[in-house]
Amino acid sequence: MENIGQEIVPIDGVNNGGSSTKKIKTSNPWYKNWTLYLLLVPSVVYIFIFSYLPMLGSVIAFKDYNSYLGLWDSPWAGMAGFQHFVTFVKLPNFWNIIFNTLYISVYSIVLNTILPVILALFVNEIRWKTAKKTVQIISYCPYFISTVVVVGMLFSFSNLESGLFNQIVTLFGGKASNLMESEKIFPHMYVFSGLWQGLGWWSIVYFGALANVDQELHEAAVLDGAGRIQRIIHINVPTILPMVIIMFIMSIGNMLNVGFEKVYLMQTSGNLGASEIISTYVYRVSMGALVPQFSYATAISLFNSVINIILLVIANVISKKVSETSLW
Amino acid sequence: MVENKGSDKVFNYVVLVLMLLFTAITLVPLLFVLANSFSSADMVNKGAVFIIPKEVTFENYVSVLTNSDILMGFKNTFMYVVIGTVIQLFMQFTAAYPLSRKDLKGRSFFNIYFSLTMFVSGGMIPLFIVVKSLGMLNTIWAMIIPGCVSVFNIIVIRTFMQSLPWELQEAAMLDGCGNIRIFITIILPLCRAVIAVMLLYAIVGYWNAYFNSLLYITDRSLFPLQRVIQQLLVANEMSGAMGGAGAGSQALKGEVLKYVTIVVSSVPLIVMYPFFHKYFETGLMVGSIKG
Repeated sequence: MENIGQEIVPIDGVNNGGSSTKKIKTSNPWYKNWTLYLLLVPSVVYIFIFSYLPMLGSVIAFKDYNSYLGLWDSPWAGMAGFQHFVTFVKLPNFWNIIFNTLYISVYSIVLNTILPVILALFVNEIRWKTAKKTVQIISYCPYFISTVVVVGMLFSFSNLESGLFNQIVTLFGGKASNLMESEKIFPHMYVFSGLWQGLGWWSIVYFGALANVDQELHEAAVLDGAGRIQRIIHINVPTILPMVIIMFIMSIGNMLNVGFEKVYLMQTSGNLGASEIISTYVYRVSMGALVPQFSYATAISLFNSVINIILLVIANVISKKVSETSLW
Repeated sequence: MVENKGSDKVFNYVVLVLMLLFTAITLVPLLFVLANSFSSADMVNKGAVFIIPKEVTFENYVSVLTNSDILMGFKNTFMYVVIGTVIQLFMQFTAAYPLSRKDLKGRSFFNIYFSLTMFVSGGMIPLFIVVKSLGMLNTIWAMIIPGCVSVFNIIVIRTFMQSLPWELQEAAMLDGCGNIRIFITIILPLCRAVIAVMLLYAIVGYWNAYFNSLLYITDRSLFPLQRVIQQLLVANEMSGAMGGAGAGSQALKGEVLKYVTIVVSSVPLIVMYPFFHKYFETGLMVGSIKG
């Protein structure tokens, strides 16, 4: 900060003088900032190739893609191009897949939105500074563990003889069982292992906002006889509410994009009835299949995207009405 | 901090107890893994180890750290992390700076161009076809380039840059300082906190990357660490990989070797975090609050 200030002081004195020749050249804003556009080139090209080209490539959802013929020359699919969509909707376990996807995502969105807020509110109430810092640092730890390792841990913890889960279950007189093979346990296992990993991390954004709450508000509230809990509800919660809502809308927009990686890794023959979701099914019929059905898989992804956008728009409209907070 | 009197004490204790409980739930699984990794295979298989190691041994660490697959995974991942982080930071910061400039013509077009991709995507297969036609399959670039730029991060960086005093740049411009020089000599040094945050994100992202290898890599010699340990931990090839065919005593070691693998692959990142911690308050807050 300081050294930059020093550099600027002499500049101010000089600038009224010899800049008239430059003025002519800088009159065109496009030309004046051409170096800014130069900086944008790598990322704009990147986004075009890796985001917009695939969007255009989604056209294969309406075709019968054949890798020899390529994207444009592959023939159109039947039923005016909608054949693959119809095939998916008519699938015997279509509703099962949709239900699993919605169940897991609603379940995790609700808990992943609410619990970090509660954690932040509580940690903010710790008056002993060292304890506060320690709780924060410990709560971040699991976030750095990879999905692969967390799922590996879940498998090891479910080991019948040596696993942590069964050690605890038998400690309380329960019967050991392999939890990873259970359809009933799967959603809870998915959501709670995610919370274990992310709870501390997701609350980071709220810690900062809570630390910046105007202390005069609290002083005034104390004078009016407000207790700690009342102050949390009437001062701290309203402070972070807009952020919570933004986070919530963003997660609604990604509702059907439940983490493919983790669900895929957690799938076993025993829990498949509860763990087959849209993205794992897309993988199964394309990259994971002996005869990859690229067009069919893309049609399902597209179906997924369209629902995502609809949900995002709905969430945004509702939030705008209810709380005057919105993404756009 | 302002304080009420009286009932406050009780409240403080309730908070402390709840937080203690939360910390315990967070720590027990980690301690369990750590304790098991240092125990003998015998004790682990009997389920005798909780959070204190029994029959302490380092033998299991030796067998994991000398395993050729794991070593190769480490080597590959290290390469992906280094190259990927450089590219990712370059792309995100060069994108964020122009977007932070209020005087950029066409700024709202670029904003939409970038942020649209956060909510709409072509999906797994069209991206696969793009990556394939670029000839990236089974090259290190398949692990580095797809997913390299995060629009969300660009927005965080942009917002941070917007929070810097505009007068600094204005003054430099009047002196005839070009945009790129302003970016490098004035803006980047002030972005230290957000650079640290993005650096950590990039390292964590590449270290933990698995998805790209699943889609684009079939050549085992390019497998990143996560792919190697996925085969050991989840697909359960542990005893085979570590012991060769029919090694009975190695098969018994399967569980304990898994715990060692978990520790070995996760410790580098967890140890790194405290060095970044002090930047997080400033780096992340400023970026996200207004974002």
